[in-house]
This record gives sequence, structure tokens and C-alpha cells, in this order.
Amino acid sequence: MFNHYESSTRKPLILGKKTLKNITDDIFNPIKNKAGNLWWISFFISILAFLWGLGCIFYTIGTGIGVWGLNRTINWAWDITNFVWWVGIGHAGTLISAVLLLFRQKWRLSINRSAEAMTIFAVIQAGLFPIIHMGRPWNAHWVLPIPNQFGTLWPNFNSPLLWDVFAISTYFSVSTVFWFMGLIPDFAMIRDRISDPFQKKIYSILSFGWGGTSKDWQRFEELSLILAGLCTPLVFSVHTIVSFDFSTSVIKGWHSTIFPPYFVAGAIFSGFAMVQTLLGVARKVLSLESYITRNHIEYMNMIILLTGGIVLLAYISEFILAWYSGNAFEKFIYFSVEAAKGPFWWAFWSLIICNIIIPQFLWIKSVRRSFFWSYVIAIIINIGMWFERFDIIVLNLSHDYLPSSWTGFIPSFVDVGIFIGTIGLFFILYLLYIRTFPVISQSELKTILKTDYNKK
Amino acid sequence: MNIHALYNNDTYLIKSIKIIHSHNYEIYEVYSPFPIHNLTQVLKLKKTNLSFFSFIYGLLGLCIACALTWYTMIWDWPQNIGGKPSFSWIKNLPSFIPVIFEFSIYFSAHFMCITYLIQCRLFPGRIPKNPDPRTTDNMFLIEIHTKKNAEKLIDLLKKNGAIEIMIKKY
Repeated sequence: MFNHYESSTRKPLILGKKTLKNITDDIFNPIKNKAGNLWWISFFISILAFLWGLGCIFYTIGTGIGVWGLNRTINWAWDITNFVWWVGIGHAGTLISAVLLLFRQKWRLSINRSAEAMTIFAVIQAGLFPIIHMGRPWNAHWVLPIPNQFGTLWPNFNSPLLWDVFAISTYFSVSTVFWFMGLIPDFAMIRDRISDPFQKKIYSILSFGWGGTSKDWQRFEELSLILAGLCTPLVFSVHTIVSFDFSTSVIKGWHSTIFPPYFVAGAIFSGFAMVQTLLGVARKVLSLESYITRNHIEYMNMIILLTGGIVLLAYISEFILAWYSGNAFEKFIYFSVEAAKGPFWWAFWSLIICNIIIPQFLWIKSVRRSFFWSYVIAIIINIGMWFERFDIIVLNLSHDYLPSSWTGFIPSFVDVGIFIGTIGLFFILYLLYIRTFPVISQSELKTILKTDYNKK
Repeated sequence: MNIHALYNNDTYLIKSIKIIHSHNYEIYEVYSPFPIHNLTQVLKLKKTNLSFFSFIYGLLGLCIACALTWYTMIWDWPQNIGGKPSFSWIKNLPSFIPVIFEFSIYFSAHFMCITYLIQCRLFPGRIPKNPDPRTTDNMFLIEIHTKKNAEKLIDLLKKNGAIEIMIKKY
């Protein structure tokens, strides 16, 4: 057999002397073997969280969104914060897959499948919030341009909220298709290995009869490349459009032209942080230490540093422009002196600490290459990015143009419950996914080995 | 006669294909567990037309989105929302661009995938195309259909890295 060859000029992407057979086994074993205790404990906790959230959703729908902590002034708060946060998390998956594919970055191969799955599961959570926030979710289909019993009743295509519907649903469906198409050869690998007849049947259906003929591969590569080309502008468009929800409004602190690039950078920042979080778990639970290496962690941290830098630049611009405008109301926007010392000071400073100060430790090489510290910083960034969305939404709404309507916001247990429920559902989906689907794109990963032993 | 030659190395596979071609045997199919980049040139495969179809589907999505926004917002029920001009599609266009863009991508991606599945004849529950399950693991397979002297071909395959050869008669 061939020994694994690594170029001396490039850091190795796969550790150990792996062969093609080893890669197949390493990806197939977590599916074939029974789940460990750690998996069952995580699954049980996720189920509990999800059930709490589900109860809160039923309570909301049965009673009305008055059970949330909203009020006349702050009529969006926790829910839309969660929506934007989840959409942001959904960004890194397609970015890793599509943009890094176009840039021929081979390091994406060990992590892209998990990241794509994360995208899909995160967008599912995101989609729940606007639907519940409608108050009458059974009428959610009214946002689609379909003939209805009211005659000439169409959705308003001028509205950024409707742009969201199209952006998120297109992003979700295209990302799912991108993910599934890439999975077909890997499903075929499982189909050809698995012995249980029921599972064999399921994977036979999922693999679509894939055989890996030369023409199939040729078309597959073309398809992947075009889908990547289509997904790349989609990644940028989705969060741009989410930012339009705010920037096309007349609320002070929101009507900002910097929002689209700032939101996209923030989404990639938080998305990569979530990929770090999930891969930290998958690496240990599925014994993928040879494939998810320090180099992968470091490369992702570099992107986190870059996008974090863009986000910091946006924060500075927001602060300076609010001050420079001389507008009395702009003084109360989420990035202002008043925000830092006002009633939401804790949210403001959480944002500063989690998103600006802590990530700077990634400039230190030993921290950037440390699994433990990367994991800790990634979780802190996740929290910080949630606070960023909370600050943008709640702080700006709390001080509107009419001082008599200035008010605060206290989330109810239902607000908190639904959020925790979505985290539970997200982890349920992810845990089920790592047990049943190949977490690493084994067929693509094998191309790195191929290149290596060609040089022998 | 249907001859299957198995390889455990793509370098030998490519070398073998070239030699088989040089002896005027016709390769029916090559199976591999991952895409091999110079295989397309070696087998002289025709370029795929997926990118062209993708562009056409994108255009179709664009046209449908334009027609939909015009019909719903301008023709069927023009409403004055936020003072936006409601009697001219072209003046309303900037606010329709996000939807038009998303429609184009949606159509392009989905219909291209459907075209791909049809072209490759892949569908749920189809009988696996690969004759040997090891080709989704670490093996490469060349399938040759020949009526000529099979022994000479088998010798040729053995000398050039085939680790297993199976012969099936039609």
C-alpha cells in the first residue's frame, strides 16, 4: 500500500499514515458502531431543552405573543435577535463549502460537511422565529405568492420582510441541495459497506444508485463548482437582505448603509465560531483527530480574526457617525456613550468583551492553535454575537423618537424557553446527523491522498 | 466478453487506460471512489453542458420573477405602500431586485441538480451502477467489453498493475 506523503512546504491536512481504506473506515465506523455514553447524555439534554421550547411554543400559540416580554415600544426583541443570530450561524457552512471551494482551499475538506449540516439546522431554527412571531402561524403560507380565497391578495414584494422570506427559503433549499448532492457518493460508500438490511435499503434509496463512473464524477465536479458559484452570492445576499429589515426602516440606529457588509462579516464571524464549537465536539466524540487538526483550527481562527476585524471597524464607524451626526436621537443608539452607561449597559459591555476584547487573544499563535482555547473563545464569540443582535434591536427600539414611550425590556420565561428549545432542536438534529450521515466528505478527502501518492 | 480489472492505485489506473487504448481495446466504463482529474482527458470524455443549462435556468427564474412582480404589484393590485410608485414596474424595480435575484438562483440551482440527476440516471432506489462494492472504498475498476483475444488483454492488464481480473461472458 501507499504511504501518506505530505509536502514539506505545506502543513499536513491529514495526520498519520492514512490510506484510502483508512479514510473509508474512519468515516464509516461512527455510523456502524453503537453510540457512546457521551452521545446519549448530549442527546437526552437536547431532548429536554427541545421539549421545554416546544411547550413554550404551544403556550405562545395558544395564548398569543402577549406572553412574551414585548411591549408597545419594543415589539421585536428576543425573537428577532434569535432569528438574526441563527441565520448568522447558518452562514459559515455554505461559506466554507462554496467560497473556499472556489478558492481551492483544501483544508475545507475535513470540515465542510459538518459546516453544511450546521447551516441547514441553524436556518431551520432561524425560520421558526418569524413564523411564531406572526402570532397566527397557521397563516404562514400567506407570505408566498399563491392564489388564495381573498382574490387579489398578494404579498408585498416591496417589503424587506418579504425579501427575507425569499432569501432565507432560497438559501435553505439551495444549501440543502448542495449538501445532499455532495452526500450521494458518501451514501453509496455506506450502502456498499453496511450489513443491516434495513439500513442498507435506506442508504440505497439515499445514494440514488451512485456508482462513481467517470462521467458521473465529471458531472459531479462541474455541478459542485457551479453550485458553489451560485451559493457564494447567495451567502452574501441573505445576510445583506436580513440587514435590510433594519436598514430600510426609519428607526434611529437602524437606517444605516453600513449594515449589509457589517451583517455579512458578523454572520461569518459567528458562523465560524459555531463551526469551531461543533467540530470541537465531533472531533472528540467521533475520534476524528487525524482529520480535524490544529491547522484546521488555526485557519478557521484566522478567518474569525479577519471577520472580527471587519466587525470591529463597523462598530467604530457606527460610534463615530452617531457622535458626528449631532443628532440627539443618535446619541442613544446601540453604539453610543449613552448605551454604555444606560439601562442596557450590561448588554453593551457583554458585546464589547465577547466580540472585541476576547477574540484578540487569537493573535497569539499558541492560543490560535490550541483546541481548548479556540473552543472557549468560539463559545464566547457565539454569546457576544447574540448580544450584538440584542443590542441592535432592543437598545435602538428602547429609545425611540418619542421620549414618553421610552421603555425597557425584560424577557419572559417563554422568550427564554423558546430560545433554549431551538438550541435543543439544533443539537438533536446535529447529534442525529453525526450518527447517521458521513461527517466528512470522504470521497473528496481521498483526492488529497491521491495527489500525495502520485508524487511518489 | 465483459472484463473487469481492479486497481488499488489511480496512477496505475491511468497508465493502464493509456496502454489499453494504445492496443485498440475499447473501455466501456471506469469506476473510482473519488474524482480523478486527468481521467476526463485520458478517456476523452465530452465536456458537460451543465453550466450552460444552469445559465438558462437562471434566466428562466429571472423572467418568472419579473413577470410575477409585475403581475402582482403593478397589474393585478397596485398599492401605494410607503409612497413607492405603484403604477410602474421599472420605477419599482430597485425594491424587486432581491426577489428577482433569489428566484434566479433558486431556479438555476434546483433545475440544474434535476438535470444532473437525469443525465447521470440517478434516482432514489436505483440499483447501484458499480459492479464491485469496493469501488466506493479504495479500488478502481476498468470495465472492458471485447470480442477480441481476451487472453492477450488479461496479460496486458496483469502486467500493468491490475490486482484482480474478472471475466464475465455475455
